[in-house]
Amino acid sequence: MTDWINVIVQGVLVGGLYAMFAAGLSLIFGVMRLVNIAHGDLIVLAAYLALVTTQSLGLNPLASLVVVVPLMAAIGYALQWLVLNRTLGDDLLPPLLVTFGLSVIIQNTLQELFTADPRKLQAGNIEYESFPLIEGVLIGKLPLIQFVLAVLVIAALQLIFYRTALGRAFRATADDSDVAQLMGLDNRHVFALAMALSLAVVAIAGVLLAVRANFDPTIGPARLIFGFEAVIIGGLGSLWGTLAGGIMLGVAQAIGAKLDPGWQILAGHLAFLVVLAIRPQGLFPKVQG
Amino acid sequence: MPEPLLTVRALDAFYGDFQALFGVSISVSRGQAIAVIGANGAGKSTLLKSIAGLMRSRGEAIVFDDDPIGDLPAHAVARRGIALVPEGRRLFPSLTVEENLLIGGQGGRPGAWSLARIYELFPALAERRHMPSTALSGGQQQMAAIGRALMSNPKLLLCDEVSLGLAPIVVREIYARLPSLIAEGLSLIIVEQDIVQALKAASHVYCLQEGRVALEGAASGLTREAISAAYFGV
Amino acid sequence: MSVRFSDRSARLALAIVAAALIALAAAPLWGGRDDLRLLAEIYAYVALASLWNLLAGYAGLVSVGQQAYVGLGAYLLFALTILLDVPALLAIPLAGVIAAALSLPVAALIFRLRGHYFAIGTWVIAEVFRLIASQVSALGGGSGISLPIAIVTSIGASRQEREFIIYWLALAILVAVLVAIFTLLRSRYGLALTAIRDNELAARSNGIDVTRVKLIVYLVTALGTSMMGALIFLQKLRVSPDTAFSVNDWTAFVIFITVIGGIGRIEGPLIGTIVFFALRQTLADLGSLYLLMLGAVAIVVMLKAPKGIWGFVVDRFGWQLLPLERRLTGAS
Repeated sequence: MTDWINVIVQGVLVGGLYAMFAAGLSLIFGVMRLVNIAHGDLIVLAAYLALVTTQSLGLNPLASLVVVVPLMAAIGYALQWLVLNRTLGDDLLPPLLVTFGLSVIIQNTLQELFTADPRKLQAGNIEYESFPLIEGVLIGKLPLIQFVLAVLVIAALQLIFYRTALGRAFRATADDSDVAQLMGLDNRHVFALAMALSLAVVAIAGVLLAVRANFDPTIGPARLIFGFEAVIIGGLGSLWGTLAGGIMLGVAQAIGAKLDPGWQILAGHLAFLVVLAIRPQGLFPKVQG
Repeated sequence: MPEPLLTVRALDAFYGDFQALFGVSISVSRGQAIAVIGANGAGKSTLLKSIAGLMRSRGEAIVFDDDPIGDLPAHAVARRGIALVPEGRRLFPSLTVEENLLIGGQGGRPGAWSLARIYELFPALAERRHMPSTALSGGQQQMAAIGRALMSNPKLLLCDEVSLGLAPIVVREIYARLPSLIAEGLSLIIVEQDIVQALKAASHVYCLQEGRVALEGAASGLTREAISAAYFGV
Repeated sequence: MSVRFSDRSARLALAIVAAALIALAAAPLWGGRDDLRLLAEIYAYVALASLWNLLAGYAGLVSVGQQAYVGLGAYLLFALTILLDVPALLAIPLAGVIAAALSLPVAALIFRLRGHYFAIGTWVIAEVFRLIASQVSALGGGSGISLPIAIVTSIGASRQEREFIIYWLALAILVAVLVAIFTLLRSRYGLALTAIRDNELAARSNGIDVTRVKLIVYLVTALGTSMMGALIFLQKLRVSPDTAFSVNDWTAFVIFITVIGGIGRIEGPLIGTIVFFALRQTLADLGSLYLLMLGAVAIVVMLKAPKGIWGFVVDRFGWQLLPLERRLTGAS
């Protein structure tokens, strides 16, 4: 019995990470109806940036966030301003194909620079430490920290979206980009800020990923898919729903892994398909106004 | 006689191959309210969109405060001090009433307008400040749209068909607020299908017919017949 | 009033295509082994790209998961021949039909998603197929399986005979796919597709059953893609989850071909494949640098010339290789 509780707890904790993959994705979709196919590869890029930062500056991985987050945010701003803004419009092919091309470019550039060897960041003893929740159930300190960070990130995004002028600008531009211009808001700048914010979240997710498990240039697409599944399971338009979706996905994968290690990812996909079949709007969809 | 605040000079406007405006010229002085009337499709909204920057023109075709703005994008025009109240209100559905007003002020122009003053002008909005903007009645939405435009502290306010879809008593209520705004120095361009209100509110009138200025003059000096003729092109 | 199709230059082009077909069918007479292999590969990509083009460019269903059907076709072929003793040549169309049948419940699920999310949904489906395939131990599980000698020889007694047969099969499937696409586009479904592509809402309100049309296109694409997938892996003589469901081979390259050639135009995939193979012959040694360049080229084309090479040519010169433009001739 406690075995299963352990499984669920692990699933919940990794769900926080998936929710972070998802949050950046749904933020961009909400503001500019764009799905960045390179999203997962950007998470991996952040992981490699963390690798380079920790190796050259001798920093602790979590401290490398100080460098990686602003750097990724800047990359996001530039990417949107220079490339992705040109693809926005009614046709969904250009942004999809451009970000697909971007995904290929990032994967192969990382492959050229770092080879396909798996890497991992060391965070020290905290990776092995754990404490008991109840009799027989252990919670790893690092997974718990990662989960708490994920919750904080989502809470921060909620705050930004609903309590700040920037968030107002995001929501207004998403509602009606022409009228938003009449308010003195430059769409190109608003979209670029949204992408910068999304990549800042991606940066955090990337660093956590790098500490948690081995990574290599090819694991991006799987992260994109996990993030996407978390968004759909949780429900479009709701950030807290995305957290719930991530948790569900994590738990489904953990249960699948417990039954048979080869079934881990498949179990997640099946959970996603089941939700799509019986409740396509997701578990906690935001009521559209 | 000081330079007009806004001068539109021989403005053409196109939607793809279709020409909507042919050499339109108008001018607005500081503290003046002018009306632009005309039938559906005459080009009134196109004129306002061009001034507001939603449609690009030749730089010199539109001169505001001595600066050519015809080729500027809408967000740059808004920051210069021109605010458009769009046709159909177009409040932001994801924002509350108060957030709609606040975002009007995000263009960063200094001035006297604030939430408090807007709520003083339109008390109905104060009572509903935290409601989603979609929950308002048509008249209240129109007030909110005007308030949103005022929050940017504009020098020139463009009102596109404010009376559309509203009951006459509501229209009167809204128009009753305009004189005080004009008295404070705000300039106004009122586009209307309701000619009676337009003539009451404005000192000068332009009548557009199929993209051209068919008639212009002081509101008091124009006869019913002259307006009808210009309006319908008979 | 009637609807007329052809144009004199288009009829000339059709004659050229027919002549080319005859020359290609005779390739075993004039080509060596490597030539036949290369041509078969080209046919495969033209077919896959044309089908993807039909789905994305005409029906507006942008999929980044068509590798699901390439792999499904391949695995069905191996399953039918190895596990059920179906003759190899019969197994190809059979695999296609079964895959098409399976595409219906898949469509029922993913049609609930729209636009970008639909695209990623198709990728998830491909991943599900791949993971299931790697769990089937009867077909080699994660490492895959080779085609048993007995089945290989059943295709043809000698190596040369087998290569000729597979070559002709590839050509035959390509021609079948192109004819099917062409027929579909000339039918009233094709008109419906153009309407849907231009304005889905307006199409719906004009009585077009948009979902039904999209479903038919999805089904046809699944059928064609899986048959081609079956053939590709019959030629390779070996299947594994990673090769059968490879995103790079069956989606990335296909998308690049279609984008560079011209989306939403029937001639696009042909032009794109030629350019792709020309690039590959000259640049293949560069490894991942080559993929990188492909990605960059796709981005640049999308930003600067979104209609691709053929789209640019049509806009500039008004050419049309294959007669698809409908002209209304009035009663006079």
